[in-house]
Amino acid sequence: MSSAGYDVIIVGAGIVGAACADECARAGLKTLVVDREGVGGGATAAGMGHIVVMDDSEAQFALTRYSQQLWQSLRSGLPRDVEYEQCGTIWVAADDEEMGEVERKRSYYQSRGVRVEVLAAGELERLEPNLRKGLAGGLLVLEDGVLYPPCAARFLMQRAKEAGAEFRLGSSVTELRQGRVVLEDGTQFHADRLVNAAGAWAGALTPGVDVKKRKGHLVITDRYPGFVRHQLVELGYLKSAHSVATDSVAFNVQPRQTGQVLIGSSRQYGAEEKAVDSEILARMMRRASEYMPALAQTSVIRTWTGFRAATPDKLPLIGPWRSDPTVFLATGHEGLGITTSLATARLLVDQIMGRRSEISAEPYLPSRPVSEQVHA
Amino acid sequence: MSKDAQFDVLVIGGGPAGLAAAVMAAECGRRVGIVEDNAALGGQIWRGEAQTAGSAAQNWAERMNAAGVELRCSTRVFHQPQAGALLCETPGGVCELQYSQLVIATGARERFLPFPGWTLPNVMGAGGLQAMVKSGLAIAGKRVVVAGSGPLLIAVAAYLRQHGAVVPFVCEQASWSSLARFGLSLLGQSGKLAEALRFRRQLQGVQFAAGSWVVEAKGKDVLEEVVISRGGKRQNIACDYLACGFHLAPNVELAAFLGCNININDGCVLVDDLQRTSVRGVFCAGEPTGIGGLELSLVEGKIAGFAAAAREVPRPLFAERSRMRRFAHRLNVAFALRPELKKLAQPETIVCRCEDVTCGRLSQHTTWREAKLHSRCGMGPCQGRICGPAAEFLFGWKPDSVRPPIFPVAFESLARISEAQHEPVGPV
Amino acid sequence: MPETVAVVVNGKRVAVPAGATVAVAIAVAGEFCRKSVTGEPRTALCGMGICFECRAIVNGRPHCRSCQIVCQPGMDVRTDE
Repeated sequence: MSSAGYDVIIVGAGIVGAACADECARAGLKTLVVDREGVGGGATAAGMGHIVVMDDSEAQFALTRYSQQLWQSLRSGLPRDVEYEQCGTIWVAADDEEMGEVERKRSYYQSRGVRVEVLAAGELERLEPNLRKGLAGGLLVLEDGVLYPPCAARFLMQRAKEAGAEFRLGSSVTELRQGRVVLEDGTQFHADRLVNAAGAWAGALTPGVDVKKRKGHLVITDRYPGFVRHQLVELGYLKSAHSVATDSVAFNVQPRQTGQVLIGSSRQYGAEEKAVDSEILARMMRRASEYMPALAQTSVIRTWTGFRAATPDKLPLIGPWRSDPTVFLATGHEGLGITTSLATARLLVDQIMGRRSEISAEPYLPSRPVSEQVHA
Repeated sequence: MSKDAQFDVLVIGGGPAGLAAAVMAAECGRRVGIVEDNAALGGQIWRGEAQTAGSAAQNWAERMNAAGVELRCSTRVFHQPQAGALLCETPGGVCELQYSQLVIATGARERFLPFPGWTLPNVMGAGGLQAMVKSGLAIAGKRVVVAGSGPLLIAVAAYLRQHGAVVPFVCEQASWSSLARFGLSLLGQSGKLAEALRFRRQLQGVQFAAGSWVVEAKGKDVLEEVVISRGGKRQNIACDYLACGFHLAPNVELAAFLGCNININDGCVLVDDLQRTSVRGVFCAGEPTGIGGLELSLVEGKIAGFAAAAREVPRPLFAERSRMRRFAHRLNVAFALRPELKKLAQPETIVCRCEDVTCGRLSQHTTWREAKLHSRCGMGPCQGRICGPAAEFLFGWKPDSVRPPIFPVAFESLARISEAQHEPVGPV
Repeated sequence: MPETVAVVVNGKRVAVPAGATVAVAIAVAGEFCRKSVTGEPRTALCGMGICFECRAIVNGRPHCRSCQIVCQPGMDVRTDE
C-alpha cells in the first residue's frame, strides 16, 4: 500500500460503485470513491430497481441468482427508505406459445432451486385483477423483489463510509489510468487499483471499453395502492432486451411501496439525448395499456429517461482491464445493475484480494472473447 | 374527443395579460385562441370577475367576444409534440392546438414558506382562501388571520371583511420602513393611491402589523390558533382560518419546457422590448416575465398582442410599461423576504407536502436534484410547484429541467403525445 | 334565493350554493380532503389547482382536484382511503 495513496479508487457512485465501495472498505482496503455528482446518480437514479433472477443464459443466471441471494441476506438491515419488497415477478404470457415459454422457464428455474409457480389464466387474474382479460397465464418467481435504488446506493455508501471509505463527490474525472485518477480541477489521487464503475460513461473514461448507452424511458403515476402487486413483465421482454439493432418497447410495471405505479420499458440505440422521446414514450405507454387497460385513467406525475450501460454479449465486465493492470472494470450491467451490484462487488473484491469466488468469474472477465449472442 | 384547431396567435392563460394579448391580436385581424386551465376566464386576480357588471374583467371579456377570440376553458397544456403545436387535456379528451405565434401568459402562484403547523387544515394561501370563498366557501362570522407578505394580503383582508369575516390581524413580514418607502412611492401613482385608500376604509378595525409573521399554527386536527411574532414578542390569536402567502412565484414551467431562456437570478422568463422570448414565435407577458401586478400584466399583454399580430406597437405602451416596471421593482424591493423567515421551519416541519419530507431531512442534501432523488421532495403531483420556491428560499436550490407532462395528466392522454392525427370529432 | 346543489360526501348528503366546488362541499360536510402519506389530515391550500392537497375521489375516480370541480347534482365524493 503506497503511503500517499489508496488501495483502491472507485470511480462511479451509482449502485455498482456503492456496492464495490462497501465490499472494498469492509475487506479492509483503503478506499476512495469519486463521482462527478453525488451518490445514486446515473442509471441508478433512473432505473426500475428490480431484483430479478434471469434465465437467458447460464452466466446471467449464475450472477443474478448469487446477487439476489446476497440482497435477501441483506434485507433485514435495510432502512425503510430503501423500500425493499419481495413482491415477486410475474412473467406474463399472452398466448399459448408464451405459456410454452412459461413451462420452459419453470423447468429451468426449478431445476436450479429457484421457487416458482405456474399461474393459469384464472390465477393470474386473481393475483393481478388489473391485467386485461384473456391473457394465458404466467410464471411467478417468488423471491424476486423491488427496491428504491438511490437510497439503496446511499445505504451501501454509508456502510462503506463507516468502514473507513473516503469520498470526493461532485468532481469529474479526466484521467483514470496507471494507478492515478485525475480530477477536472487537477487534483490527483494514487491507488494500487482503480475501479471503473462509471456505467454508461465507462468507455469515455477507459478508451476501448465496449459499453454503449442504451436509453430507456419511465413513467410514474400518482398513488394507487394495490393497483399492481408484483413486478409484471411480458415474455416478449426478452425479445426486446435481446434485439440488437432496433428500438423497442415492452410491457413492464412495478409497484412502488408508495402505491405509485412505475411503468417501463424501452430500449434505444444510438440515442444520446436525455430528452424524452415522444414517439418511444407513446409506444411504451400504449404497450402498457394493452396489458393493463386500467392504467388509462391513472394520473401520470412524471416521465424521465436514463442510460443503461450495454455490452455486446449482454454480460457485465467485472475484472482487470487488458490494457492497464491497475484498472478493474465493474460496468456494463445493462438493465440488471441493481440485481447484480452485490455479486459484482464480491467478484471484484475476490479478484483484488486473490480470493476464491462463490461463482466462476470467467464469463464476466473483460478479457473474455466477445461474441454477440443472436436470438431468434 | 376534443376539436383540434389552428390559430395565428394562441394565448396560454386567460388572466389579464392573456386577455389583453388576445384582444389586441384579434382586433388586429388575427385568428386568436385562449387556453385557460380553470373552468372560467380571469386567472387568479380576476377570478369570477368576468361576470361582474362594470368590472375591468368583464370589459375585456366583452371585447374578447366581440373580436371573435376562441376561448377554451378547462383546457390544460401538457406537452409540445412539435414546434407550432401544443397538446392539451380537456374534460372531453386530448386536443392538439396549432399556432404560428404563441403568447405565454401563465401568471403566477403564491409562494408558500413552511412553518410549524402550516399543513393543518384551514391554513391556506391568502389568494387560496379568497379563491375558496369565491368558489362558495362560507366565511361570514369566521375569524381569519391574514399573514405573509405582499399587496395581496390587504386585498384579501378587505375581500374577506366584505364577505363578513372577522379579520383580527394582518401580519406583513416587511418592516414599517420598507412599507413607508413603498407608500411614498405610491404618491406618484394616483390610481394606486386611490386603491390603497379604498382598502383603508374596508380595513378599519383590522390590526395591521408590519415586521410581523406567523411563527406557528396550532390545533388538534384543524387550525385553532396561530402564534405570531410582533416586535420581538409572541402573541396567540384564536382563529378559524389562516390565509398565509408570501407574495408570488412566476409560473415559468411552460416557457422553460419550450426552451425559453430563464433569468437565473430571479427565475423569470427573459423577454425583449416586444415581449419576445428566446424562442422564435414565442412571446411571454405578465407575471412570468417578472412579478409586477395587474397593470403591468395588462400593458405587457397588449404589447405582446400587437407584436404577435406583427403590428406596430403603439408607442405610449412602452412608456407605460417602463413606469409599471419601476413600480413593480419598488414593490418587490418593499416586500422582499426577510432572512428570519428561513428559521421558521424546524427539523420536523414538513417542506414537501406531497411526500411529507421534513426540513431536517432536506438539510442533509446539497442540491435540489440530490434532495429529490433521496427524499422524494418535489416528486409528487405538484411537481415541485409548492415546495420548490420554499426549498429555493431555504437552501438556495435552483429548480430542475421540465419534462413532460408539464402538469399531471391521465395516462391515456400522455400516451397520445405521438400520433399523426387526432380525430376531429364534435365541438369542445 | 340562490340555488343550491346537493352532493354526497362520504355518504352524507350536503347542500352547497350552485357553482360551489367539491372542495367547498367537503368543507361543508366537516371532512378533510385527504390524508397525507404520513397520515396527516389535509385540505385545500392554494385554491387554484396547483398544490394537489385537495384531492378526493369524485364519482369513483381518485386524485381529482376538488377545488377545480364544480359540484353537479348527485355527485359522489369520497375522502376515505
